[in-house]
Amino acid sequence: MAENQSYYVPEQSKWPIIATVGLGVTLYGVASIMVNAQQGESTTGSWVMFFIGALIMAYMLFGWFGSVIRESRAGLYSPQMDRSFRWGMIWFIFSEVMFFAAFFGALFYVRVFAVPWLGGEGDRGSSNMLWEGFQATWPLIQTPDPQAYPPAEATIGPWGLPLVNTILLVTSSFTITVAHHALKAGNRAKVKIWMIATILLAIGFLVLQAEEYVHAYQDLNLTLESGIYGSTFFMLTGFHGAHVTLGTLMLFIMLMRVNKGHFTADSHFGFEAAAWYWHFVDVVWLGLFVFVYII
Amino acid sequence: MYLIFSFTMFLLGGTMAMVIRAELFQPGLQIVQPEFFNQMTTMHGLIMVFGAVMPAFVGLANWMIPLMIGAPDMALPRMNNWSFWLLPCAFLILVSTLFMQGGAPNFGWTFYAPLSTTYGPPSTTFFIFAVHIMGISSIMGAINVIATILNLRAPGMTLMKMPLFVWTWLITAFLLIAVMPVLAGVVTMMLMDINFGTSFFNAAGGGDPVLFQHVFWFFGHPEVYIMILPAFGAVSHIIPAFSRKPLFGYASMVYAVGAIALLSFVVWAHHMFTVGIPITGQLFFMYATMLIAVPTGVKVFNWVATMFRGSLSFEAPMLFAVAFVILFTIGGFSGLMLAIAPADFQYHDTYFVVAHFHYVLVPGAIFGIFASAYFWLPKWTGHMYDETLAKTHFWLSFIGMNLAFFPMHFLGLAGMPRRIPDYALQFADFNMVSSIGAFMFGATQLLFLLIVVKCVKGGKEAPAKPWDGAEGLEWTVPSPAPYHTFATPPEVK
Repeated sequence: MAENQSYYVPEQSKWPIIATVGLGVTLYGVASIMVNAQQGESTTGSWVMFFIGALIMAYMLFGWFGSVIRESRAGLYSPQMDRSFRWGMIWFIFSEVMFFAAFFGALFYVRVFAVPWLGGEGDRGSSNMLWEGFQATWPLIQTPDPQAYPPAEATIGPWGLPLVNTILLVTSSFTITVAHHALKAGNRAKVKIWMIATILLAIGFLVLQAEEYVHAYQDLNLTLESGIYGSTFFMLTGFHGAHVTLGTLMLFIMLMRVNKGHFTADSHFGFEAAAWYWHFVDVVWLGLFVFVYII
Repeated sequence: MYLIFSFTMFLLGGTMAMVIRAELFQPGLQIVQPEFFNQMTTMHGLIMVFGAVMPAFVGLANWMIPLMIGAPDMALPRMNNWSFWLLPCAFLILVSTLFMQGGAPNFGWTFYAPLSTTYGPPSTTFFIFAVHIMGISSIMGAINVIATILNLRAPGMTLMKMPLFVWTWLITAFLLIAVMPVLAGVVTMMLMDINFGTSFFNAAGGGDPVLFQHVFWFFGHPEVYIMILPAFGAVSHIIPAFSRKPLFGYASMVYAVGAIALLSFVVWAHHMFTVGIPITGQLFFMYATMLIAVPTGVKVFNWVATMFRGSLSFEAPMLFAVAFVILFTIGGFSGLMLAIAPADFQYHDTYFVVAHFHYVLVPGAIFGIFASAYFWLPKWTGHMYDETLAKTHFWLSFIGMNLAFFPMHFLGLAGMPRRIPDYALQFADFNMVSSIGAFMFGATQLLFLLIVVKCVKGGKEAPAKPWDGAEGLEWTVPSPAPYHTFATPPEVK
């Protein structure tokens, strides 16, 4: 690349406005679905709105990222631009970490303060007067008000499905690293194999996680409405699962790009960004495994 | 674009404030019903915080940071554009809630659960998504700022040579990325509680309404620093320019901003002293909060020291900047009073708190924005603004603002609670004074609109550097700044 390449400033682009319209319509649609459902009204129109919004978003993602990929492959990006992308991805992942931190924080507060106080321990133990006889345990099988929040019959033990999922995800972090090294060595066939392995492991994780949810809902009566244990369990694992889905999609797209001949041994930031995101998802799972399942 | 949007939102939020003050002008319910009054107080807060102050500073950042560091544009310009367009989208959704069945959010801009979850109107779900969109906009904007500042500085511009406005924005951006996701988290928990039967904030299921407050204020406290740090940066440019002296103590100013930002993460529960947190917690948060006064004091000292023995002139930017230093300090003093937990037991949720935050936000953030606008309007438009009109804007704003908010200190100490549409008779006189001041302040902003429009359309031609004491790369490019500047970066010694 040129020695003192000037920084590429793109021309005016239509994608931001399209993205805005897409996101606005999608979220307005989701809100309408929820509000209409709450009020017992028809949600068909809202679902239509949501799907239209989602289609606009998909169109935008292909278009915008397409532009970036084209510009990159045309050699318009200096090393400085590459650093901008790296900083961007790192800080984006940091913001996602903070998002999960909010939920882990809630879990911590509930387990260390709220539930013990309701059970009569500690500085605010007078809270026990609200529901006499409430026992503070964790996992919280018996909620303070079982009428309002019917409790689950049991919780998900860590050493069954969740352990398998842990092994799947940790292994997938290894496989993606092997793929990365292969890419740096220029061995494209090897890259494809190890990427496919990673994606298969990811899909395995998602399938098992879905099974776990079905088991929880149907057999254990462990739902979102099962008091604070159900709330935090599904919130944390649910958002994690959503991020795994996004990560898998990203990996799949990178695999498609490898197939199309994109990326060189030196220049493959798209791949690296997806790999970083994948490692982030794996680390969050380890946190979940310890704090939601085991302890 | 950000600045036009912000100003529009400012006028909208201001109109709502006018409705509030009109109702509070006299005891008794004259103009609006309590339900609508609550919507006005809530929306006034939301629009001012998220629609006026934050976008204004982001707008200033987008324009000035590249100019100040010698970059052609922000690091990721298209993402930047998306950040902007998301704001009108979010506010369209938010303002549309006024017209939905059940009305707009009416639970205060801090939307505590369970008032907002169990007892909120149906529009609350839309409010939540609007907040999500604003959050996405802010996070992407902040990522862009960090990437730009860390990556695109002209060669030779080390971090400790950066202008203060750039430093304060670097730190603000870090705060934004750290806490906006937490806001997203709390608002999502609300959404789940409202629509999916979870019990995050409901003790019947083992949750806790106080959990809401903890998570919200973990976001909320850094948020108010996000709203003021850029103003600190701007004032650190303006005072040296009009004192014709370099900023006193550059390094200590940088460290002070860093210290304030770091401390801002560990003081959130000073908004919760009366909620029943254990005494150990109260003591910790009290001491930590009082500690923030130290770096802030350093900054105030340095601004004054910059002016000391300087060759002073008082054009509009300087008037606003000096008023900022004095009035923000008054706001800081009332904040220190609030930090003292046992004293806060009396002040909490009274008009004393309203006085405090309006003193730090209006002469703080808003005057900071006005000062910045006057300072950099010549650079943006190529014309000088009308100095006489600007000074009029200043004096009327200054008097109006003090009339509006100073009596609130006394009202709060006398016991007038917040967020009430009607009040006991002993509070009547000060309320009347406050309303008059508010009307005066509000009307004056229309004058500001006139000044800005007039300046955009024409006026005395501005040179590249209209202020003889000003320093910085932005003054080396012509006024108005060309569409793309610094295609090749300049050398910085």
